[in-house]
Parts: sequence; C-alpha cells; structure tokens
Amino acid sequence: MAKQPAAVIGVGQTHHRAKREDVSMPGLLREAIDRALEDAQLTLEEIDAIVVGKAPDLFEGVMMPELFLADSIGAAGKPLLRVHTAGSVGGSTAIVAASLVQAGVHKKVLTVAYEKQSESNAMWALSVPIPFNMPVHAGAGGYFAPHVRSYIRRSEAPTHVGAIVAAKDRQNALKNPYAHLKNPDTTVESVLASQMLWDPIRYDETCPSSDGACALVIVSEDEAARSANPAWIHGTVMRSEATSAAERDQVNPQASRDAAAALWKQAGITSPIDEIDMAEIYVPFSWFEPMWLESLGFADANGGGWRLTESGATAMGGRLPVNCSGGVLSSNPIGASGMLRFGEAALQVRGAAGEHQVDGARKALGHAYGGGSQFFAMWVVGSEKPSS
Amino acid sequence: MRDVAVVGFAQRQMAEFDGSPTCVELLVPLFAECYEQTGWTRRDVGFWCSGSSDYLAGRSFSFVSAVDAIGVIPPVNESHVEMDLAWAMYEAWLKIQTGEVDTALVYAFGKSSAGVLRRTLSLQLDPYTMTPLWPDTVSLAGLQARAGIDAGLWDERAMAEVANRSLTDAEKNEYAIRKGGSSVEELLARPVYADPLRKHDCAPVTDGAAALVLAAGDKAREVCERPAWIRSLTHFVDPMSMGTRDLTRAPSAQRAGAGADLDGVEVAELHAPFSHQELILRTELGLGDDVRINPSGGALASNPMFSAGGIRVGEAAKRIWSGEASKALGHATSGPALQQNLVCVLASEGTDD
Amino acid sequence: MFYFCAMPRTLSAPVTVAFDYTRSTGPVLGRFLAGLRDGVVMGGRTSEGKVVVPPPEFDPVTHAALEDFVEVADTGTVTSWTWVPEPVNGQPLDRPFAFALVTLDGADAPLLHALDVDSPADVETGLRVRVRWRAERTGDITDIECFEPLPEGESGSTVQARETVDPVTGIVVPIELDYLYAASPEESLFYTSLSEGKLVGQRCPSCGKVYIPPRSACPADGTPTAEEVELPDTGTVTTFCVVNVPFLGQRITPPYVSAYILLDGADIAFLHLILDIPAEEVRMGMRVKAVWKPREEWGTTIENISHFAPTGEPDADYESYRVHL
Repeated sequence: MAKQPAAVIGVGQTHHRAKREDVSMPGLLREAIDRALEDAQLTLEEIDAIVVGKAPDLFEGVMMPELFLADSIGAAGKPLLRVHTAGSVGGSTAIVAASLVQAGVHKKVLTVAYEKQSESNAMWALSVPIPFNMPVHAGAGGYFAPHVRSYIRRSEAPTHVGAIVAAKDRQNALKNPYAHLKNPDTTVESVLASQMLWDPIRYDETCPSSDGACALVIVSEDEAARSANPAWIHGTVMRSEATSAAERDQVNPQASRDAAAALWKQAGITSPIDEIDMAEIYVPFSWFEPMWLESLGFADANGGGWRLTESGATAMGGRLPVNCSGGVLSSNPIGASGMLRFGEAALQVRGAAGEHQVDGARKALGHAYGGGSQFFAMWVVGSEKPSS
Repeated sequence: MRDVAVVGFAQRQMAEFDGSPTCVELLVPLFAECYEQTGWTRRDVGFWCSGSSDYLAGRSFSFVSAVDAIGVIPPVNESHVEMDLAWAMYEAWLKIQTGEVDTALVYAFGKSSAGVLRRTLSLQLDPYTMTPLWPDTVSLAGLQARAGIDAGLWDERAMAEVANRSLTDAEKNEYAIRKGGSSVEELLARPVYADPLRKHDCAPVTDGAAALVLAAGDKAREVCERPAWIRSLTHFVDPMSMGTRDLTRAPSAQRAGAGADLDGVEVAELHAPFSHQELILRTELGLGDDVRINPSGGALASNPMFSAGGIRVGEAAKRIWSGEASKALGHATSGPALQQNLVCVLASEGTDD
Repeated sequence: MFYFCAMPRTLSAPVTVAFDYTRSTGPVLGRFLAGLRDGVVMGGRTSEGKVVVPPPEFDPVTHAALEDFVEVADTGTVTSWTWVPEPVNGQPLDRPFAFALVTLDGADAPLLHALDVDSPADVETGLRVRVRWRAERTGDITDIECFEPLPEGESGSTVQARETVDPVTGIVVPIELDYLYAASPEESLFYTSLSEGKLVGQRCPSCGKVYIPPRSACPADGTPTAEEVELPDTGTVTTFCVVNVPFLGQRITPPYVSAYILLDGADIAFLHLILDIPAEEVRMGMRVKAVWKPREEWGTTIENISHFAPTGEPDADYESYRVHL
C-alpha cells in the first residue's frame, strides 16, 4: 500500500525574539497559525485535526500544554495530538501531521510547534540536578562541544570553518523578516573574535534562545488543488538510537546515516548534492553544518563537509545553499526549530521564501535532530508531485 | 484503510515502583513478554512509539533512555507522545495505515509516586488563572461529580455501585492494586472524603508500564490465532475551561463514539479514574445495560498514569483473543474531568473478513 | 541527605524542581488581571453573547481575538463545589476549604476559586458568596484571596465603570514540585560501590561490552548488564570541552574542563572534571587518574571523586580511543 499524496499549502511563523512579552502562549501560537491558515486560504473551522509539538514541558512549566491551549488554537471538537521527541520534535510533529493525510485519515491537518523560552530558563530546565550525579557540563553547548572537538580532530578541519557557517547564517537572517538575530556586522573575523564559551565553541557560533512558533497546513491531493504552489512531500523519515552506548559514533551517528539513506531512497534521490536544490539543516552550533553535510551524504565522511562549507557551496548562490533563512543559529524557539526547517524548505520549493529565495528551487531538504544527536526527523519536499 | 490488529499486550502495575523514573527496568520484561506472545524479535517491529510525561518523572527528556530497553543498534523508526499509551498506539496505527510499516510496538510508563500526583497534575491546567490556585485532580473531579448530582443525573448510590462492581471484578485481575468489593450499603457507610467523593470513588495513585503490539493483515494472522482487529479508532478533545463546558457531559467522548462502529459491543473497558466518570462515559457512548463494563476492574482498581488508557485497549483485546467477546471497546481519557477521549473498537473479524 | 528507601533495592534521594516562571499575559488576560489589581472582576462577552470569566483570549466560536470586556460584580452564586479535606502546598487556604465554581452576578459562566467555609455543612449549591480581596494586589488570580459567604441581607458592591485601564503585561508563577528520585538497581550498585571507593561496572551478556555505570538495559541489545566488573580509577580522556560560561544552577566555578573519560577496561566513557592542569593543556588521549575526596566525605555518589588529574604517562594513541568518539 502506498502513501496518499500530501502537500504543504500553508506556512506561518511568528516574529522570533528573545522575549515575546507582547503575547501569551495562546497568542504566540495563534500568530503562527493565523499566518499559515491565511497562506492556505483556510479557516480554523475547516481544519480536520491538529498536531502540536514542543520540547520539554519544564521550559514553560505547563504539563501537556496542548490541553489548555486546545480552545484558543481551535482544537476543541477536533482530534488533537501532542508529539515530543526532544530537539527533533518540530520535524517529528510535521511528519506525524503528514501521516494523518498520507494514511487517508484526514484531508486538512494543521500542525503547530512552539517554545516560549522566556517563561523560564532553558539552561535551568535542562540541568535539574540528578542525585548521585555530578553536573559537569553546562546545557546543550557543554554537551555538544566535546563532539565538535572530535569532529575537528577526525576530519582535520581548519578551526575557522565554524565561523564561516555562523557568519553566513547571520547574514542570511538579514533577509528573513521573522529571524530573531539581526546582526549586519557579523563576519568570520567577528565570530572568531567572540568569546570562547564551551571551547571549541565560540559565543557567535551558538544559537540564541527564542520565543516563537511555526505552523503548517498539510493537505491531501484534492485539497492541494486550491493552492497555486503546493510543496509536495516526497519523503519523510524518523530514526532514533541510544543517547549513550559503547562505541556509539557521536559525530556521525548511525541513526542519522540510516535516516538519510532511507529518505533519499523514498524520495528517489541518488545523488543528494546534485538533486537537492537547497537544505534547511538543524545547526544549533555552527560546526554541525559540516558534520551533518557528511552524515546526510552531501559530501564524503572524511572532511568533505568542511571542504564544502569552506568552498562557499553552502552560501546563497552556492551549489547547495544551506539555511537561507538564517537557520537555528539565528532563531531558536527549540520546539519550533525543527518545524521551521521543514516549513522553510516548503517555502523554497513553493517559490515563496521572499528575499532569501533560492532561484528555481524545486527540491529541498528539511532536517531536525534532537537529544544528544540520537533523534532524527527529515523530509524532502518538491514543487512537483512525486511520480510514484 | 488497512486491517490492523492488536496482537500483543503486557502490563505491570504497582502502588510504588522502587526503580528509576525512566522505568527501563520495567520495560525490558514487558518487551520480552510481547516477543514471546508474537514470536518476534525487536527486528520484526517496524515502528516504535512511547507515551510518558516529563513532569511525572520530574526531569526534562525523561523518555530518552527508555529506548535503551528496545536495544537500538541498529537504530529504530521511533516516536514519542507526551500522552497516554492509547495515543501512542494511535500514532503507530497511522504509521501502519500509511503503508510505511506493517508492525509496531507501543509502550508507556510512569512513576506517579515519584512526586505528589495531585499537585503535579495542577500543572496541566490553565497556567495563568488556574495553576496558581493549585486545584488538584480530586477537587476538579469533585466539582464534576457534584454538578451531576445537583442536576439529578446520578447520585452517590450510583457512584457506589460503580465502585463496588469495579472492586469486585478487580479481585480476578492479578494486576489490580485496589480490590475487594463489599456492598453498596457498606461503601456508602464509609466516610465522605472530598465531598461528594469517597476514597473508593477515586482511582488509586499507581505506578506502572504497559505495551501493545500492532500488526497489519497477514502479519497479524501469522502471530495470533484470533487477532483483535481495530474496527474504529477515533479521538477528540474538549476545551479545558471548567466554566464554559457542561461538566456533566463529555462531548469529545460522544463524538469519538459517534465516529466508531459500536454496534454489538459486548464488553467495554472505560478509562474512568472517578466513579461518576464511568456514568458519564456510558451515557456519551450510548452503552446499554447489556454491555459488560470494565471486567478488569478498570481505573478505580489501578490507574498507572500514561499507560492506564492503553491498558483499557489491551484488556479489551484480551477478551477478543480469548473468545470471550467478538466485539469490545477500549477507551482512554486524558486531561482534567474527561477533557480528551479516545475510543478503540476491537472485533474478532476484520473489515476484510 | 541520601538514604535507602523502604525497599532497599535502590538508592533514592529528594529533588526539588522549582522555578519562578515569568508569564507574559497578552492583551485579554492582561485586561482581566489589571481588573483584579484594581478590585474589579472583568468578563468577556463572546460572539454568542455570553459573559465569561476569566475572558477567553479567543472567541470559542469565531476564534477571533476577544475584544468586548464587561465588568461583573464581585458577588455571585455557587454552581458547584467540592470539599478539600487535606489542602496541598500552594492552594489558596492552608486549612480545609471548598473549591467552588461561582457564577458572578452579571456573568454567564462560573469562575473556579477557593471558598472559605469551616465545613462542608456550611456550603451548598446556590450559596451566595462574595470575593474576599487581598489587601495588596498585583494583577494576579490570587488577588482574589478566596470567596466567602455573603452575609444575609448584604448585597454586593455596585459595579462602577472606570475610564482607563493600565493593563497587566506579565505575572510571575512560582512552581515548586518535590520528587523522590530513585536510581535504578544497576546504578544503585554503582553508587553504593563508590561509597566503598570502588568503581564497579557491568558487562552486557549479549555484546560483552563493559558499561560504567551499569545499565538496566544495554542500549545496543536491550539486555540488562549483569556480570560485575571492578574497574581501575585510571583512564584516557577521549574528548572534552572547556566550560567558560556561567549558568543557573552551576556548582563549579568556570573555567573548567568537562571531559569524557574512558576508564581502562571500560567500553564507554563518562563525563567528569579535569583539574590540576591548566585548561589549555588538556588533550585528547591524555592519561588521567581519579583524585578522591577524603574518605570521611564519601557518600553514594560520583562526587566522591573530586576530579581526574593527569598521570604524567605518555598520551594514548588516537587509534586506541577513536571508536569511542
């Protein structure tokens, strides 16, 4: 049995900021939802089902917040699901929403993911002490920095590659009206001059902490006819592995490699670097761009990633523009960050990305990962309906 | 729609689990039971999905180490919902419906005893105008019970009848925590606790875990003599506000039932953590007196958070496997005062048969 | 602080998860809360013409932002109630009380709050009640201390329309939850051994890998680790980072080195501190040894090891730990 065709016809997001003190949580979600519905030319009334995603409940101090949000997001009287797969959740949530259509259960599905980080402090929420243990590292940066060091050692990468990524994504963000960080003066030199926070990760190489939400409207083939430019879903994949296991490759995890292989196969792609026109990849720390480029098969696994980045291929106008929206490095409402990657990929193949549009983008990758690089969610969207 | 059946079910329930809040120790033997029931290994499972809550465990990402219990080299196709097992099952059922996989194992776990459940669940409420008052689960259920009593829809005797039948049936359920019925008179003679509720009107605080196995078509027939085919699987949510909804009703349950094929249901396992909620559900689902309700003893006998809803589906499936019933209903609820409801109808015959 | 729980299979210890959440309220709730601060209860009129308290931010039918505010009285009628015999931390009253749904005069839907009465005999559905206002109000639902019975013969205060409202934009909601954290049986073995100065791991019976701490399920196989293996307190730094950033809840003053240490004989590295060497001199492959705290400070915790320090041996060959990165 084959999946029913499904397409994204609505993408909405909030203006992401460190603190969105002008809105409540329901208000934040509705800002994204209303934009997605307007894009799709649908009303909340017409939506069949809603899928909500966000990262840990401790961030906002509300247990299963979708329950209190149900009324304001128009879910009352509809089916409502809540997905939580760590940092990959925005992507997983979009995939679950897509599966509601691909299974033939619903025709018009709204999905929304969010984080309102200013309600608490992410470092705190992620570091609640566990008895008998020792709090050695410091939040996500402290967790990932040793693995970045491993990548640099393994691939013999020059140490300025991370700065190239950070400067590129911050410049891209200037073209995205919704991006959180807008620093026109960011250059490779200024990134290299910024404070070393979790050596080898510098301040300017880390993602901000944002309030924000993203919403997508995903519909069936017949409903997609209402849109002039649907983004067709060509493949979706989720893979998980253990957080820590003996001899687990933490730089290029097997779950990531397996996920990519399954995704390209589903989407009928044999040479990703040639067939994918742009990619929105989950890069919360700059070095993850070259790391994921290798893992995803855009470059060889012996340093091909940093060589691609260093060559300028991942910049706007390059062979494979990566994170034209500014990426996670410019806006990071954690729970929504994955869905933003998926949604930005959809905008690109719809030709609706505005100033950060890649000319003629027809196939794009949306990518998210989470936890300690053990949860992966990805999709490929295209301007054409998939052939099979 | 593909024919998908419940072909495996394992559970553990206890008043107090003395292990870690990730419950990995509980999950390993549960999965072993599922493998034994199906003859599968983990490599035969196409999709995994779990349900759990960070606030129950008291830490962020409490679910991530649960996948260790699977053994995840090679990596697995896996997801997680911050919801009850029944909704994890729903996600897996969807995955099978898309044709991407043919089999799934879903599981859920929760250690309610790690914290003070009545307080923890206050965090489920409106964070601006409700949580600051810390309304506890029992109080919210009490308001609902009183509303029905005042409206003449049920009385304390009807509630005691539910409790008595549940605790009597629980005696035959090896997993039940609270068991031993007596008589309606004896129950009514017990002191009122959270007026109008007596303690036996409220589910006990319980730890536990459970797993369900799903398989499509021939995969199900291969491993199960009498698969419990999923004839309907629907769920809906109501607004949370205690002020604007009619507390004596559960429109989302009614809607889920209306969308399901309930004709000829012989057994219904209803997830009613408070005695009066069973009465609401029976009305909303239109279950007549000839439908056997909660032969397992239901949630009043044991209510492990995040698996108790899915356990109702598992208990319903057992009645199909054993031949005791040819059509059974499993129901799950979530949120305060029956806010969210799922209905799963299982039958000995699939739609293709 | 640490102790065995009733069933001695596992170690357990209390944990408090506490944070003062800062919630921005948005315009609708902000208006409601500003009313409370000013001693007025504000409802919202929905598209169906119902006055709802607190006002919903979005209309339940049209889903449009609610804009029609209506002041209601601070007196009303109990429409449902329940007795709270054993109040929990944080509830409005610390003695037994009732939670009640109260439909305020002028409103069509009830508000949930506490009702201060001595016993269940003092409350019934239909009881007339009034708001007991807190003396110091900040724009929070707790500005209403609770409801109290309206003395017979008294009517409520009259509603006075006010000209200007200075809306509330945010509230602080302290959340404090107490948990008893239990380690798994395998972790308990590890921590108990530490209290005797030993590092005890376990071998997975399926893949043969040695895990420290031992695991309730080998993440590769799903089998609990079993055979105990005592490991030396020497090992190799596989990779590390230098933490320069201060953060909330941090217990060590930065800068410090957080490193993955692969104990000799183990198949998995764990995180610990590296001290007794300048941070910039720490290297991948560096050989290290545990520095234990004085024995009288030991407990069932990894913190018995103060940190790891260089042994002075030559660095391990990259190939020897490459698969552990």
